[in-house]
Amino acid sequence: MDTLIVILVGILVTIGTYLILSRHLLRIVLGTSIIGHAVNLLIITSGGLKTGAAPLLGEKITDFTDALPQALVLTAIVINFAVTALVLVLCYRAYQGFGTDDLEQLRGEEHE
Amino acid sequence: MKQNDVILQSVTRVAVVIILTFSFYLFMNGHHHPGGGFIGGLSTAAAIVLLYLSFGIDKVRENIRMDFKKLAAIGVLIAIGTGMTSVIFGKPFLTQAFDYFNLPIFGKTELASALIFDTGVALAVIGTAVNIILSISEDR
Amino acid sequence: MNTIYLFIFLPFIFACIVPFLYKHLNRQVHTGWFVLVVPLSILIYLLRFIPAVSSGETFEYTFSWIPSFGIHITSYVDGLGLLFGLLISGVGALVILYSIFYMSKVREALHNFYIYLLMFMGAMLGLVFSDHMLAFYGFWELTSVSSFLLISYWYERKSSRQGAMKSMLITVFGGFGLLAGFIMLMMMADTYSIRELIANMEVIQGHSLFIPAMLCILLGAFTKSAQFPFSIWLPDAMEAPTPVSSYLHSATMVKAGIYLVARMTPVFGGSPVWFWLVSGVGIITLLYGSLTALRQTDLKPLLAYSTISQLGLIMSLLGIGSLAVYFGPGESGTVFTVATFAALFHLFNHSTFKGSLFMVVGIIDHETGRRDIRYLGGLMHVMPITFTIALVGGLSMAGLPPFNGFLSKEMFFAAVLDVSKAGVFGLNSIGTLFPIIAWVASILTFVYCMIFVFKTFGGKYHPERLNRKVHEAPIGMLIAPMVLGLLVLLIFFFPNVLGKYILTPALSAVLPMMTVSSYDLKISAWHGVNYELLMTIGVILLGGLLYMAKKRWLPAARKFPQNLTLNHFFNEGLSGAERWSASLTNRYMTGSLRHYLLYIFVFFVLLLMGSLLWFYGLRFDFSNNAMISVFDAGLVICMIISALTVLLAGNRIVAIVALGALGYMVSMFFVIFRAPDLALTQMVVETVTTVLFLLCFYHLPKLKKSMERLSFKWTNLFISIAVGLTVTVLGLSANGHKLFEPITSFFENSYKLAGAKNIVNAILVDFRGFDTMLEISVLTIAGLGVYVLIRQRSKRGKEHEAE
Repeated sequence: MDTLIVILVGILVTIGTYLILSRHLLRIVLGTSIIGHAVNLLIITSGGLKTGAAPLLGEKITDFTDALPQALVLTAIVINFAVTALVLVLCYRAYQGFGTDDLEQLRGEEHE
Repeated sequence: MKQNDVILQSVTRVAVVIILTFSFYLFMNGHHHPGGGFIGGLSTAAAIVLLYLSFGIDKVRENIRMDFKKLAAIGVLIAIGTGMTSVIFGKPFLTQAFDYFNLPIFGKTELASALIFDTGVALAVIGTAVNIILSISEDR
Repeated sequence: MNTIYLFIFLPFIFACIVPFLYKHLNRQVHTGWFVLVVPLSILIYLLRFIPAVSSGETFEYTFSWIPSFGIHITSYVDGLGLLFGLLISGVGALVILYSIFYMSKVREALHNFYIYLLMFMGAMLGLVFSDHMLAFYGFWELTSVSSFLLISYWYERKSSRQGAMKSMLITVFGGFGLLAGFIMLMMMADTYSIRELIANMEVIQGHSLFIPAMLCILLGAFTKSAQFPFSIWLPDAMEAPTPVSSYLHSATMVKAGIYLVARMTPVFGGSPVWFWLVSGVGIITLLYGSLTALRQTDLKPLLAYSTISQLGLIMSLLGIGSLAVYFGPGESGTVFTVATFAALFHLFNHSTFKGSLFMVVGIIDHETGRRDIRYLGGLMHVMPITFTIALVGGLSMAGLPPFNGFLSKEMFFAAVLDVSKAGVFGLNSIGTLFPIIAWVASILTFVYCMIFVFKTFGGKYHPERLNRKVHEAPIGMLIAPMVLGLLVLLIFFFPNVLGKYILTPALSAVLPMMTVSSYDLKISAWHGVNYELLMTIGVILLGGLLYMAKKRWLPAARKFPQNLTLNHFFNEGLSGAERWSASLTNRYMTGSLRHYLLYIFVFFVLLLMGSLLWFYGLRFDFSNNAMISVFDAGLVICMIISALTVLLAGNRIVAIVALGALGYMVSMFFVIFRAPDLALTQMVVETVTTVLFLLCFYHLPKLKKSMERLSFKWTNLFISIAVGLTVTVLGLSANGHKLFEPITSFFENSYKLAGAKNIVNAILVDFRGFDTMLEISVLTIAGLGVYVLIRQRSKRGKEHEAE
């Protein structure tokens, strides 16, 4: 299972990277979003999968999954949301401002 | 931003109440069950966003007169404030305290300063999420 | 007694109130009156320490900030810190009083001025009372920053901005040296506390990092105290308002380097390198400063160069005094203790007379609108009080009785005579240079003091050269320099009061190894006829002759070629470095986002894969794998399909919906992985994100079929597969290595430790609350960023419509 998820993460990262390297702004936003999901999965996997109960202290259970990656990922999800929003707005503002979404045309002047 | 949409509006009326109640439950229960400031805050934000989507910005703005940017700032300030409180008591920054009290109706109840911190988190999350959505949808 | 923090932080706290005072009360009351309360109360508070500190006590207050890392902010009050603290608060109070009359409350942005000034005061107080080296460094840089802000206070002027830039570049460059030196000291002594460092000096002195650490720390001290050849920033810093020049650039900030050298004397003193560097650089600076001061025609740069030269004098005295550490307690050690004593004494004296002289220049500038001695002259009759103050300060600087400068100058001569006879560190051969240079520099000092006083106030009055009607300054402006002038006189007549209560405790902080009885020092004006007195008489005679004959040589001296000055080299070097780095940067900064991303990805792959292979880190271990159910496998396939849909979609809405589907499937995985909190959060976030995308839908560009070249596509494909493979291999080997026990068992006590049954929530709000706090700050900032991005455009759009 862990191996399967890591391979899935690898595939998602590949797709995300390919999207980021393209010339179009929207694809870049989509790519960062996919990579965000992949990294979250990777962090969770590094804590071991399905090794115990959910990290809620109950009456009898003593064996829990690792709670630390979960806490890390929780923050990552929320930050990811904010970053996606910011990048999205940045992109569409750039698109509005310059009338193109082609990065090659958005290149700055040399020696600026 | 939308035309009159009867079905969406009538569902929203009911659903928002349910979502808000549920998010309050999530928030309060966060200490012992799944939930907490982030989830509570986000689902509250989702409820507000639903309101905006179905009733339009102007109408909701008339009813909820609140600057969500300030709400987010207040949230961060509350979080920092709880941290500073522990400094005043001579503990390192952000030391949380908790204790059990016997309250009239609820019986033995745990009160934790972490809850205040979590309130700050929730307010910051609500403020930011709604602020982002509002800014974008206002941009015409 | 926790109040010392309060008093260090009082200026900072008050700085927060200043804007409100300025906004609401400035029309009625000059903001300076409120600010004046701060240094006065600090002064009174510090005066209360004098009896205890002079009887040898020290005070220490520790505030633990991050106890788990051993980071404590310790403030430590001893004689040396107290001497500086009194100077900072005392001169600070006078300067603020002066500034109330100097800075117009109508024209100037007073709130900025006083905020920067208070920031500086707090930083300086923090600096002299810090025991922790990193706190020391932080305050050190804060003084540089506030000095930058104050120099560029009139930021509309180009020269102000350039002066500020220069001082920032040089002092912060030195600051980095200081940081490096502190880190080396920490590595040697394994402590950040300066006092523990002094206690462990045996460990340090034998260490191989001893000399590098010393050089780095001296770099910091020399740049801050404007020693040769780093002195060039100080004259340019004179673009600041005069109260600032008087406070920062003569009385306090430039003495921070002196403070550092004095503080570090117990650690490094006794080493020949330290002796030669400190006293050698000091005495060269003394000569260079006095030579250059002669050639100035503007009064403020003249005083700046004289400050440089006086700082060199103090520095060389400290260097000579460090021989006391070498000799240790005993006869020959005591001789050099006097040098350190003289350094502290002159430091205090310099603050009094130079502070008053700067204020005099401020008055002249304020009243006549000119600072150039070629236009001034004969002001004696127009401004008698100002003239008296200038005379007192100027003669004290020249080293004449009955002013305090005479006393410390005599002690300086005694020290250089002693050192020429010390007979260690190769002093036998060139030791005689010390008294000679000191004597020549003193003659030059005498001449420029005469020029300062008599070219401005003596001679013929030329009202036609000044563009306004000149009269005596208002009384409020005269109070502060008068107080300093009075101190100049009082210290001459009662030097031992100062010596006993303030200087001796400071001395015992600089040289803790000397026993108290060995330096029961008395300052006296008359020692009988000895070499020192003869030297002073020589200075007066020769200096007087030179001043009389100045018409013959001064114009020639002023024609020093421009392109041989230090300034010229600095400017050339700076612009050369700028050109070089621009041409280098332009080679790889092409402006194409894709190129930058390619650098990042290639570096990522090379670094991670490289180190994995280099350290034989590849190890796969599949034994701990959990079972794969049909459901899991189906979900994985669905995720890959939806990710591919995002990649291949030719339509915006399909891509967005597919991305949303991907997010929901991630939340399904969180359910499977027993992470209920994550599943809930992911679900809500995904909903809101999708709404976000759809809201932006109208504005988003259409997904065009890309028309790129084939090589472009293949490069991208190759890089992305490499990145994906790296991540996979990395993830697998991370799972294959279990180098550490998981630390989660600690968090599983959350009910006992934090009263929470939900471990994830306990980590978020309790164990790692700091992370969460910063995270919501980032979140809020991102939200504000979105708001600003959108609002900015709507505003601009409206403006366009209005046009």
